[in-house]
Amino acid sequence: MAKAGDKSSSSGKKSLKRKAAAEELQEAAGAGDVATESGVQPPKAAAFPPGFSISEIKNKERRHLMFTRWKQQQRKEKLAAKKKLKKEREALGDKAPPKPVPKTIDNQRVYDETTVDPNDEEVAYDEATDEFASYFNKQTSPKILITTSDRPHGRTVRLCEQLSTVIPNSHVYYRRGLALKKIIPQCIARDFTDLIVINEDRKTPNGLILSHLPGPTAHFMSSVRLRKEIKRRGKDPTEHIPEIILNNFTTRLGHSIGRMFASLFPHNPQFIGRQVATFHNQRDYIFFRFHRYIFRSEKKVGIQELGPRFTLKLRSLQKGTFDSKYGEYEWVHKPREMDTSRRKFHL
Amino acid sequence: MAAAAARWNHVWVGTETGILKGVNLQRKQAANFTAGGQPRREEAVSALCWGTGGETQILVGCADRTVKHFSTEDGIFQGQRHCPGGEGTFRGLAQADGTLITCVDSGILRVWHDKDKDTSSDPLLELRVGPGVCRMRQDPAHPHVVATGGKENALKIWDLQGSEEPVFRAKNVRNDWLDLRVPIWDQDIQFLPGSQKLVTCTGYHQVRVYDPASPQRRPVLETTYGEYPLTAMTLTPGGNSVIVGNTHGQLAEIDLRQGRLLGCLKGLAGSVRGLQCHPSKPLLASCGLDRVLRIHRIQNPRGLEHKDEPQEPQEPNKVPLEDTETDELWASLEAAAKRKLSDLEQTQGALQTRRRKKKRPGSTSP
Repeated sequence: MAKAGDKSSSSGKKSLKRKAAAEELQEAAGAGDVATESGVQPPKAAAFPPGFSISEIKNKERRHLMFTRWKQQQRKEKLAAKKKLKKEREALGDKAPPKPVPKTIDNQRVYDETTVDPNDEEVAYDEATDEFASYFNKQTSPKILITTSDRPHGRTVRLCEQLSTVIPNSHVYYRRGLALKKIIPQCIARDFTDLIVINEDRKTPNGLILSHLPGPTAHFMSSVRLRKEIKRRGKDPTEHIPEIILNNFTTRLGHSIGRMFASLFPHNPQFIGRQVATFHNQRDYIFFRFHRYIFRSEKKVGIQELGPRFTLKLRSLQKGTFDSKYGEYEWVHKPREMDTSRRKFHL
Repeated sequence: MAAAAARWNHVWVGTETGILKGVNLQRKQAANFTAGGQPRREEAVSALCWGTGGETQILVGCADRTVKHFSTEDGIFQGQRHCPGGEGTFRGLAQADGTLITCVDSGILRVWHDKDKDTSSDPLLELRVGPGVCRMRQDPAHPHVVATGGKENALKIWDLQGSEEPVFRAKNVRNDWLDLRVPIWDQDIQFLPGSQKLVTCTGYHQVRVYDPASPQRRPVLETTYGEYPLTAMTLTPGGNSVIVGNTHGQLAEIDLRQGRLLGCLKGLAGSVRGLQCHPSKPLLASCGLDRVLRIHRIQNPRGLEHKDEPQEPQEPNKVPLEDTETDELWASLEAAAKRKLSDLEQTQGALQTRRRKKKRPGSTSP
């Protein structure tokens, strides 16, 4: 039927091919060098003159055929090699050498010199006396103001509301065209410790400025998914204070940013409520997730994702409050200088 | 041992936690020196300058208004004196003929007797320079001449042996094209060698050259660079250009004869706090808020020569590079720079452990 027809046609093509190859060979062998081989049906690769590559065939169909045949042969060889290796492993049993670990970009990460050594006293001293020290010593508890850029649209407003349920002790205010530099002294006067501004562009939130009020200000690019868009989510988060998980902030810069995030949430090791907010840093992108967990047994945990989900990428860290023109930057992301290597990350 | 360690340090850097770091570029190690044994934020270094006797003593001005003497020969802090008066941190420190000149943020410039253990005593001379001083610099050719400038505080040159009035007071440039007054914010001042001219860089990204010898009090040359405030400046060994750095970490070399931009240096990620060129070789040391000390080659070819991670909050103020005794050291350093990446593995955060292994007592002093 159709199959057989195809087969015959393809085999017909192949035999045609072989004949064509033979013809070519005979033409090439016109010089007389390979006269002995011309009589036998030659296997494709060995008989061609050296230095010949498939891409030199001018006829597109024939070239394609030759290429597919070559590919199939490569695949067969690879499979055979794999099978052989597997058999050898089984034969050796316990004495087999360990499996080689595949290379990933995270594996190949260029070692960053600013990676913090946990025993480094200078860094420890610095962290003990920087602007977040009072928070970590439990002298101040956070109070956060969340606002947006001017004239926010629906998504941004809903993100602000959801963020305020995630972060305890936070208040959302509309921006109404006020200048940030005027808002900041007022916040300080009213005892706010942090300010979050969500920047909006074409009706979607795309940036986040996190300003610890007397101290550093960080500016992030972001992408967002709102609560109702998350599949299989749990019910809304309650008023309990969430735990925080900060993953993979290894460098000195990462440490600063990690501390900034940690200072948003009240510092209380006695967790009530089973909610957890995670800031996971991978390859300089910070993933924020909010879950509720329940321990079904000693080792098994069930989690439900609640809450908005967003990704942040740090653009700049500024010493002092938000002042983009005259402020001093502690770290600025410079794409042409910093993004030259795919394996180098800064956070 | 400590002496040897201290002497071979090529670059001295002061930090925000009060630690003075000496960096030995040949061995690519940094040694920490503190006065009290423990770093303290109140002692944040805000000004550094060489003492008398040609690069054997460093004067360190701290945020708590003390000036400490540090000996590079012995590697210890020898003494300190308290310099009260005025408010704010030190913006300039200089030494001239056995006297110590200090200038603070609120504009009080004082000249003190420089006896080492003298902690009391009134200043010999006091001048009010005007509030908001950002920099005071001493003329290397005439030690009793200083220049001051700051935010809304025009450039003034003072002769400390002369009268109480400034020798030269700069005039602001003409109103701009909207007929608005151009604001003044002189962030850094340098005296050009071989003439009476001065260069300043401003927080409004301008670089200006003033000539007190000429009848005009306005700047002789003005150029702009970038869009961010320029925070630090240094002269190149040729004397014809300056290198400026801004709050974004961009470094640029600007030619003063024509006011042209010669080229940029890359590498810094944070605001530039201190820049210093080697007096004769085309090397530049830069440091900033990103906590890294970098040595750059200025020409042939322009590039990063060495990078040092002190693992410390750095608001370093810099001190002139030592011209160490032998040129061989520098030559070997340049040769080492060819194999660039190998530098980086040595300057890890494990500097401290390395020091302990080598038993170098260039660590915190008693």
